[in-house]
Amino acid sequence: MAKIEISGIYKIFGPNPKRHLQAIKKGLSKDELLADSGHTLGLQDVNLSIEEGELFVIMGLSGSGKSTLIRHINRLIDPTSGSIRIDGENVLNLRQDELIQLRRHKMSMVFQRFALFPHKTVLDNVAYGLTVQGIDKKNARVIATDWLEQVGLQGFGDQHPHELSGGMQQRVGLARALATNPDILLMDEAFSALDPLIRKEMQDLLMKLQQQLHKTIVFITHDLDEALRLGNRIAILKDGALVQQGDPQDILLSPQTDYVADFVKDVNRGKVLKARHVLAKPVSTLSTGTTVAKARDWMMRHGFDYATVLEGNYLKGIVTLNNLQSATQETLRESVSPVTSVLESADLESLMPRMIRDTAPIAVTTDTGEFVGWVSRTKVIRLISPAQAIDREASLTEPVE
Amino acid sequence: MAFPEILDARSLRQGIDGFVNQLVIDYADSLERLSQPLLTFLVSVEQLLRNSPWYLVIAALAAIAWFGSRRWPLVVGVTLLMLFIGVIGQWDRGMQTLALMIVALIMCLIVGIPVGVLMSLSERFRKIALPILDVMQTMPSFVYLIPVVMLFGLGKVPALIATIVYAVPPLIRLTDLGIRLVDHSVMEAATAFGATRRQKLLGVQLPLALPNIMAGINQTTMMALSMVVVASMIGARGLGQEVLAGINRLEVGRGLLAGLAIVALAILFDRVTQAYGKRLQYPKQGDK
Repeated sequence: MAKIEISGIYKIFGPNPKRHLQAIKKGLSKDELLADSGHTLGLQDVNLSIEEGELFVIMGLSGSGKSTLIRHINRLIDPTSGSIRIDGENVLNLRQDELIQLRRHKMSMVFQRFALFPHKTVLDNVAYGLTVQGIDKKNARVIATDWLEQVGLQGFGDQHPHELSGGMQQRVGLARALATNPDILLMDEAFSALDPLIRKEMQDLLMKLQQQLHKTIVFITHDLDEALRLGNRIAILKDGALVQQGDPQDILLSPQTDYVADFVKDVNRGKVLKARHVLAKPVSTLSTGTTVAKARDWMMRHGFDYATVLEGNYLKGIVTLNNLQSATQETLRESVSPVTSVLESADLESLMPRMIRDTAPIAVTTDTGEFVGWVSRTKVIRLISPAQAIDREASLTEPVE
Repeated sequence: MAFPEILDARSLRQGIDGFVNQLVIDYADSLERLSQPLLTFLVSVEQLLRNSPWYLVIAALAAIAWFGSRRWPLVVGVTLLMLFIGVIGQWDRGMQTLALMIVALIMCLIVGIPVGVLMSLSERFRKIALPILDVMQTMPSFVYLIPVVMLFGLGKVPALIATIVYAVPPLIRLTDLGIRLVDHSVMEAATAFGATRRQKLLGVQLPLALPNIMAGINQTTMMALSMVVVASMIGARGLGQEVLAGINRLEVGRGLLAGLAIVALAILFDRVTQAYGKRLQYPKQGDK
């Protein structure tokens, strides 16, 4: 069961939204609706399922309906039709007091313009969700102090929000949202109002916290780089409708519409794409136990200059035919030349210097060290600059492919 | 050219007169009884101020000024203004007027803030209340002084009621305005954290509207002070009565001294409420 299940959400803004719902469902466009009736189409047929523990990014430009969508999850806005299920329960059926309980315990929100309480101290801001729950001030402050420390603001508790910088204020916002220990964190363009360096810092903080806390986070942004950096999965919203959803690489590598393609055109692919996206499977593999003579014959018969040598699932290195010709030992183990390897989660940008420095092959391994393949230079070039046609000649420098 | 007579204005007038007369016959006694606690309250405040030694009164006002503003110059100013009232021989009358002002202000707070809150919460109530407030502020006070006197008799209570009617609208308006001006995103945050309406009102809206409410209190006090002369016509004692006497007897000096004392009280109220409102606007400035 998905943590948050949004199905068939329509939202029409205006004095009489229900009346125009059928027309929209039959295919009336946003512009036609506005011209005909003065109603604005906010969302149309949005379906999302967000799994427990994932950081789900909803991205779109201004006016795409992303802020409207996130407000449906805690019902700051009610849909014109559709359903929103949290842990299987349709929140649209909740009574007012049940809704308040849901907001108090299960989810909390971080806002674009921080939305801190200017008349309360930083500490009381963080404690707000707890005091609203009815926890007495003293205990709430103890918990709040702890969270303030987690976001790196120890000692600022007695100040007022206006005395802090924007980045620090949003740390308070984050601490306030986390203090109630909710399952779900809704972040509405939480870092968009911050300057780039601070934004990067906050993204790192969020990812660090998420590693410990494993919350279900719904993160809204208009910044694709941010979306690709943070998101386990990304949904792209345009004019109130979902255009595409998938993991960051899906979006980048196979945009389904021109709109998405346009979006991802200027993204720094070197940062988003990982070594595992540019894998080349080894064509010729030998095991360390093979005798030199056997290996030599095998390679000559198949016309290989190189071969990958494995020991079980782990990479030993490579052997070249030249080396084997002059080898004196019994088995391959002694003739293997070591190679450098990278993790499959390493981004392409970090591979570039190594690829340029020397032409030796680069191996890719899992976190536990198991061999998965080689870095394909052709794929790297094709993915990083997809517009360039790749000459087949380029593959000549590859030892294995 | 004469306007064609559509309604008979004379019978309309008589109808209203008859209605008010009937009201007086039916309700005057019970209204007077109902207003008894108000009178008791006013009288006791007045007794307290008039019977306390003058230096204690000044000390109390200076203390209020200090807690309101945390600024020494204001405390000194308040002390000098009160001494001035005493020096020009208006102390006792000044205390009577001060008592009327304090009670009127308290009544205005009791009535004005809830009404202002209601207006900010309900658009429909706002639509009804706004024209009534307009009428209260623009209708010449003598027009409602007559029925008020008929209902409550001459004396302190009708003076107090007339003062409240005249002075409460700015407080209502500014309470309403202050609450509606509270940052939308802050309210959204409170809702998102599961605050109830009551928690939002008491914990967020009213505290954030406080600077505006203080401005309303300031305006209300000023308007109440401007009513003292009119109120004295129907039996309120104090500085207004002295001004009225000065006018009646063509004694410019008598009127001027009492007038100056009113001005002194006005400046005092104004500066203290303003300073307090300002301090609310910037939490924690020079005050940790």
